[in-house]
Amino acid sequence: MQLSEHETATQSPEGQTYSLRLYVAGQTPKSVLAFTNLKQICEQHLLGRYQIEIIDLMENPQLARGDQILAVPTLVRRLPEPIKKIIGDLSNTERVLVGLDLRVRQ
Amino acid sequence: MSLGVDDVNGQEQPPSGAGESHQGRGGDLPKTLTGIRGLDEITRGGLPTGRPTLVCGGPGSGKTLLALTFLVNGALHFDEPGVLMTFEENEEEIASDVASLGFDLPELVKAQKLAVDYVRVERSEIEETGEYDLEGLFVRLDHAIRTVGARRVVLDTIESLFAGLKNDTILRSELRRLFRWLKEQGVTALITGERGDGALTRQGLEEYVSDAVILLDHRVHDQVSTRRLRVVKYRGSHHGTNEYPFLIDADGISVLPVSSLALQHEAPLDRVSSGVAHLDEMLSGEGYYRGSTILVSGTAGTGKTSLAAHFLDAACRRGERCLCFLFEESPQQLLRNMRSIGIDLEPWMASGLLQFHADRPSRYGLETHLVTMHQAVADFRPAVTVIDPVTNLMTVGTYTDVQAMLTRLIDHLKTANITAMLTSLMPGQGDIERTETTISSLMDTWIVLANDQVGNRHRRGLYVLKSRGMAHSNEQCEFVMTNHGLDLLEGAAATPRVVDEVEYGSAEGGARHAVV
Repeated sequence: MQLSEHETATQSPEGQTYSLRLYVAGQTPKSVLAFTNLKQICEQHLLGRYQIEIIDLMENPQLARGDQILAVPTLVRRLPEPIKKIIGDLSNTERVLVGLDLRVRQ
Repeated sequence: MSLGVDDVNGQEQPPSGAGESHQGRGGDLPKTLTGIRGLDEITRGGLPTGRPTLVCGGPGSGKTLLALTFLVNGALHFDEPGVLMTFEENEEEIASDVASLGFDLPELVKAQKLAVDYVRVERSEIEETGEYDLEGLFVRLDHAIRTVGARRVVLDTIESLFAGLKNDTILRSELRRLFRWLKEQGVTALITGERGDGALTRQGLEEYVSDAVILLDHRVHDQVSTRRLRVVKYRGSHHGTNEYPFLIDADGISVLPVSSLALQHEAPLDRVSSGVAHLDEMLSGEGYYRGSTILVSGTAGTGKTSLAAHFLDAACRRGERCLCFLFEESPQQLLRNMRSIGIDLEPWMASGLLQFHADRPSRYGLETHLVTMHQAVADFRPAVTVIDPVTNLMTVGTYTDVQAMLTRLIDHLKTANITAMLTSLMPGQGDIERTETTISSLMDTWIVLANDQVGNRHRRGLYVLKSRGMAHSNEQCEFVMTNHGLDLLEGAAATPRVVDEVEYGSAEGGARHAVV
């Protein structure tokens, strides 16, 4: 699988664009899994209104500080505000949706 | 930071200039000097090079300060840049915390001698789903280390991660990996940890960092606070095992390791005058041994301080630096009183040869007194030190504490070859026992001053109870206070002399006292 740098979609009329950043450290099984999971969730719940930026900390270590990245993979929802962080391989869709404020915490 | 006088065990002092060796001595195990006064002596050369050391203690015990001092000293004095990864306070907070100690963190960061990375973990902001690792932390640390070429790393306090992340299992295995990784990087790391109930740290960090563990403690006893430091563990190295008092003041941290001393002081043969010619005669004609410790004991008003003033005056006349600790009078009082018997110490004070340190004993705990006296000695580097009266210090602590403290102090003075005179105020003749058991065995020379009454006249008397290693007069002789000082009456010196065997314990003192 190829991690694409940008997955852009146009703003859909019914909601805001989600600006997401996925921090990984190299192409590890965990980061690949996280990206696959994320892609799937976005396609299902945010079709046409999301943007994913992948940041590989192995290549850009200095970027870890800005978003206070500690764990990888870390998904950062930059928009809409406030900033949200979800760490892990995003294998629990339910929790990812809660984390992205797409579903109310039960 | 002034170093040098507290040269203990012949151990090398942390060099204060850049470019000198930063490797301490200590057998085969390479060590890295902390530059913290005292700590490098206890650990015989510093922390294990290239390995992590754990510093644990309760809140406010000085962990962060110790860690930062290690970093700053490394950057400033040992040409070892450092990385500070802080988990509790941000860069600005840390910088302002230590600014009062003269540490300019922003300047060090600017000079590329220090990298600071503040890691903030807020549990409420983080959702966890599935597997993760802490590679992000590794990346940041690695980046910081590379940026400045760091040889030293401080993690303060990594346990905060347990509050920020839910998955303990991942966290623990990642911490294990982190400490292993730090070793691979070859950096000398210092990791701080909060003291836990019944364990060294709350999260059991001692399981992971097991090369060296330092425990800091901050106790308040009788409203007096004392800080103590103990090296709990040091794999592959000898280290002092006692609890050592330490002090945090404007100069930073200093630890007092003096009780770790073996009896190794030199025993100089040259002599110094007591300032009273007649007394010198009683001491086999030449006075005290240089570097020895002299106890002058007596009840109130027997002339102890006067004898000390003579000694100070004589030393200053020889051009020697004198440091005088006063625990009863102010310097002005003492100057005035001594002028009345014709000893004018003021010129010496004005010329800087004589320095006074007056303090109320109750102002600090014993340890603090010890540390401040130690520092004053280190700063002033006197040849002669007077403590007047040492007994006032005894009101501050328990019996054992006082003894331990005086032992350390006297050991230290002897090592530095400082001739010390301690005066001891005895409330009544019977109480000589107390002084005796506390400090007499530490004393080389013991002079007892006593008043007795003949008819309606007070007669002042003086005798040398003991003086190790010299033939001294065994006679009690009478003296008077004149306007030119203490004057021993004629005939006193023409007495039989004895040579003291080197005796320890109190039996001899007690027996002699019974005779008087």
